[in-house]
Amino acid sequence: MTSPTDMTCQELVELVTEYFENTLPPADRERFEAHIGICGPCRNYLAQMEQTIRLSGQLTEEAIAPDVQQELLRTFRNWKPSQ
Amino acid sequence: MNSESAAMDAPEWAGDAGADVALVDALLRGEESAFVALLDRFHPALVRLALVYVQDRTVAEEVAQETWIGVLQGLPRFERRSSLKTWIFRILTNQARTRGKRDARTIPFSALGNLDDDGAEPSVDPARFRPEGEPWAHNWATPPRSWDAVPEDRLLAQETRAYIERAINALPPSQREIITLRDVLGWNSGEVCNVLGITETNQRVLLHRARSKVRQALAQYLTGE
Repeated sequence: MTSPTDMTCQELVELVTEYFENTLPPADRERFEAHIGICGPCRNYLAQMEQTIRLSGQLTEEAIAPDVQQELLRTFRNWKPSQ
Repeated sequence: MNSESAAMDAPEWAGDAGADVALVDALLRGEESAFVALLDRFHPALVRLALVYVQDRTVAEEVAQETWIGVLQGLPRFERRSSLKTWIFRILTNQARTRGKRDARTIPFSALGNLDDDGAEPSVDPARFRPEGEPWAHNWATPPRSWDAVPEDRLLAQETRAYIERAINALPPSQREIITLRDVLGWNSGEVCNVLGITETNQRVLLHRARSKVRQALAQYLTGE
């Protein structure tokens, strides 16, 4: 059975970002890692949060459109930084 | 990820202050190549962030272009206390605020940067955990299905990306703002707090809620749960 100081799965899922950001107090970090060490489903969950972050970073941006770039370059040429 | 905590403690200009100074000097000398480099580097991200506030690509493009005009107007007085990047993005959020006063469809800024009023928002449906009083209370009753069998090319497919975009768009504005800056654009927490003027704690709570919901949406898409 779990002891009162053990971290539960429900507690762990709330602390994943703090774990990643390295902002958990040392005692909680230790409880977090102890739990991960023995809980396969929570290891899955942690891996899914990592994947979510990685895949969000893969969303692509459209490069600046040539006509927009040309228009902004015209603005830049007419710009008088000394004023 | 852990390297970010070290970056957070450093002054925000510490990373590329020298490069910023050289770039600003080149711009003030009127060097077009410096401006082209700046446009290539930041314009797509400006449009991406503007879309958090205006939800219409044409308007977001306009806000980004107005931002560049503001950048040129302000550059001679740029005091270099902040990085060029955070300074430019602060101009964008100000432009979007101005836009918000004119455009009724824009999200009210009072909704941004703050925790939502609805209090606790569990990261995972509480029904998936064993209830209080049962053996193994608060541990998984219905564990998450593994994504290990999902092939990498499916994870990176255009359809999956579109699904993530939709999940992010469905978030409350304050959460959408933070996850866009942190996870989509890859900023560190110090930069985000600096541009938005919010505390590290608020930022972390909003980021966690956003990521938890996007994970849930992905789980539904990838494994049907």
